[in-house]
Amino acid sequence: MAVSLTINGKPASVDAGDDTPLLWVIREHLKLYGTKYGCGTGLCGACTVHVDGKAERSCLTALSTVAGKSVTTIEGLSADGDHPLQRAWVAEQVPQCGYCQSGQIMQAAELLASNKSPSRDQIVEHMNGNICRCGTYPRIVRAIERATREG
Amino acid sequence: MNAPFKPQADAAHASGLNRRQMLAGTAGLSLAFAIAPIIPGDSDVAHAHHEGEHGRINAWVNIDTDGTITIMAPAPEMGQGVYTALPLIIAEELDADWTKVKVQQSPIAPIYNHPIFKSQFVVASITVRGYWMPCRIAGAQARQVLLNAVAEHWKVPVTELSTEPSVVVHKASNRRITYGEVAKFAEAPKEMPQIKPEGLRPEADFRLIGKDLPRVDIADKASGKPLYAIDVDVPGMVFATLARAPVRGSGPESFNRDEIKSEPGIIDAVALEHGVGIIGETIEAVFAARLKLDAKWRDAPGSNVDSEKNLQDYLAHVRDPAREGVVGRRTGDANAALKGAARTLTADFTTDYVYHAQMEPHACVASVKTDGTVEVWTGTQWPTRAVTDAAKAAGTDPDKVTLHLMHMGGGFGRNAFVEYVVDAVQLSKAAGKPVKMIQSREDDVLAGRLRPMTAQRLEVGLDKDGKIVGWRHRLAADTVVPYLYGPERMAAQKNVDHIVFAGADMPFYDVPAHIADHVLEEHGVRTAAWRGIGAGYTNYAIEAMIDDLARDAGKDPLEYRLALLKDERARKVVERVAELADWKRKRGEGRALGMAFGKLGLPPIGFSMTGTIAEISLDKESGEIRVHNLWCAADVGQPVQRGTIEAQLEGSLIFSLSAALKERITIRDGQVEQTNFHDYPVLRMAETPEIAVDIITSGSIPLPVGELSIGGTAPAVANAFLALTGKPLRHLPFTAERVKQAMS
Repeated sequence: MAVSLTINGKPASVDAGDDTPLLWVIREHLKLYGTKYGCGTGLCGACTVHVDGKAERSCLTALSTVAGKSVTTIEGLSADGDHPLQRAWVAEQVPQCGYCQSGQIMQAAELLASNKSPSRDQIVEHMNGNICRCGTYPRIVRAIERATREG
Repeated sequence: MNAPFKPQADAAHASGLNRRQMLAGTAGLSLAFAIAPIIPGDSDVAHAHHEGEHGRINAWVNIDTDGTITIMAPAPEMGQGVYTALPLIIAEELDADWTKVKVQQSPIAPIYNHPIFKSQFVVASITVRGYWMPCRIAGAQARQVLLNAVAEHWKVPVTELSTEPSVVVHKASNRRITYGEVAKFAEAPKEMPQIKPEGLRPEADFRLIGKDLPRVDIADKASGKPLYAIDVDVPGMVFATLARAPVRGSGPESFNRDEIKSEPGIIDAVALEHGVGIIGETIEAVFAARLKLDAKWRDAPGSNVDSEKNLQDYLAHVRDPAREGVVGRRTGDANAALKGAARTLTADFTTDYVYHAQMEPHACVASVKTDGTVEVWTGTQWPTRAVTDAAKAAGTDPDKVTLHLMHMGGGFGRNAFVEYVVDAVQLSKAAGKPVKMIQSREDDVLAGRLRPMTAQRLEVGLDKDGKIVGWRHRLAADTVVPYLYGPERMAAQKNVDHIVFAGADMPFYDVPAHIADHVLEEHGVRTAAWRGIGAGYTNYAIEAMIDDLARDAGKDPLEYRLALLKDERARKVVERVAELADWKRKRGEGRALGMAFGKLGLPPIGFSMTGTIAEISLDKESGEIRVHNLWCAADVGQPVQRGTIEAQLEGSLIFSLSAALKERITIRDGQVEQTNFHDYPVLRMAETPEIAVDIITSGSIPLPVGELSIGGTAPAVANAFLALTGKPLRHLPFTAERVKQAMS
């Protein structure tokens, strides 16, 4: 049975099994490929999206649980890639391979939405579930600090 | 669904999936270059030629009449920044306005081959090193073509012309013309002009090289836009996964095919020589069915491997003087020197298997068509190999294969192997349709190709004054070369596995007689190059030994190294990192510093070098080492992109710290025991130290960078631990359990 949800501000109806991970719904049913598969078990954070404004691991989120809810992916975070975090990500030249960065930015966006000036410890605590194998962690911290400064 | 989403195929094309048509269709001036091998002797000028109208498709540079300059990026991008760095070198010599440059991933064709590998292949941190002079010459040739065309057009001597960014200038008549305008009348000559070394731009005049320009792929990567193999969407495709046999050389004897096929959304399940493929309508159906796979695997030589038991055997082998190893590095007569030594220091080291854990599990889209052609979309460090292996898998010729090179979600040496391309091609053949093959993280770990497990024994002979007279480095380890390059190459190299040996040589220390030998361990374990290759364990042993020697001599580790290093650049990286860390300043209670020298390269390529210092503390209860700071000074020769180099140094420090503290694969009954990030933890943000890096420039050639700062991290941590506790750490990784053992 089709499940209705809002994706990046637009209504969508998805015909897939209730227990289909939201990750595959976003990627292969809705063809939004910015959200990535990394581990399938909520351990790496590459698949992080917002469900009603809260950062969730889409690989562990069943389709049925987002019925009627609003899902935001990296494609919907800003109109032109100009969210303060995205600008800071460019200024600090954060990404290397780039694969984990959508999840990193979505995770960070949740923090900034609720805390305009997080401390370094708060940033690290909030971001610790997201793995970056290229080792961009120091730049991620700098970019989040920059985004809080420059808004 | 009813939301108006843009079809992804369009986005794929816009991102360069269909580059051949795009470039072939552009107007303006297209220039092709033949790139000749240039090492040794970088002053050799590449022989260049023009390929005629047809050559436009393979051009390196296209100057459009609107001034847009398209430059090909010939090497795969996996985060290391070559997608920017190589076109930037061409742009420098072309005197292009960088803001008008568009970078495009090149097709797979010999004209884009790496000059040393003679293949499109990204390994060994020598992409920039290899393409450096050819790219400079290519850019200079393109500039000369423009100058010649303007000279003819204006009827002025070419020697009176000069350039400013994207503009040709004739000072005498005060005339200026943009490159775009020149492209309206210029034609590619039959022969490209010859460029002599003195015709290249003097280093002092570099506008782009050695500066710090933003990478061209960053903004897209902050918006989720770049397409990786896993993101490719081809009309009519189905999904698949591949459960690879847990042991190298094994395959399915039988499996529950009927049950798998009856799962919802599953089209077929097929036995391949090396695994079981599951093909379905959706990826969720395929991954759900994968969990129900029950396969019986054929026995293979590695079916009984027990890594913990084998490690004890490796250790026994390096301790057995009667055992013959393959000698890979030799200077003087170390065996005689050790016999004649007044006394000898000996230490044994062991290191476990480690896994790459690139963030993108292997994925490939393949379409084997009825007309005998094959299309492949994937990320790989070795595109040329991917084409030939795809052709073999499809039973066709390489010229029937089109490879669309995607960004890689990490590589680290793993993606120099292309078996996932073979999987996808075979599954597309079986399905009769385009197939997107995605490996689960669990299968990616299970079928991981690992950095070899090693045992090492170091013996250092001293004379009566404590001066080193001989050094023996014996290594027992699995091999890599036969599996990356084939057994023929291993035989041709007389069993010298240069990947395993890397870092075991000591050209910069005052060690008059040195020998390194390798006891080949063959047990059927899958192995690979892993970022930093041999240096990840050889340099750990060497630099830990240096601290043992310093301690034995009653000297400070910095002073000892500065006295023993005979190379000026080597001393400088060590001195510089000591300044960065303020080495002499006493640290607080419970803190200690440790240092290591490191190097990357080969004599004909040149060596880059690092000095690394770690500041640590120890939780004595848990045995957990906390690394608070890492400092690294790196001599990289001529830097091309400073920001990228800093990022690579930082990234390699974190990558190697992760391996030093946490990473460990164990094998029982031939099967990898770990499955995902819960039992193969990698370093996270909270465990990441403060990092400071400093780039030292020397000479005029860009030296290896991407893996440079791997080798110094583990020994710097071990040496800090020695300073803190007086106890050595001899087993990598330094897990809490082992740290407690070391203290007791």
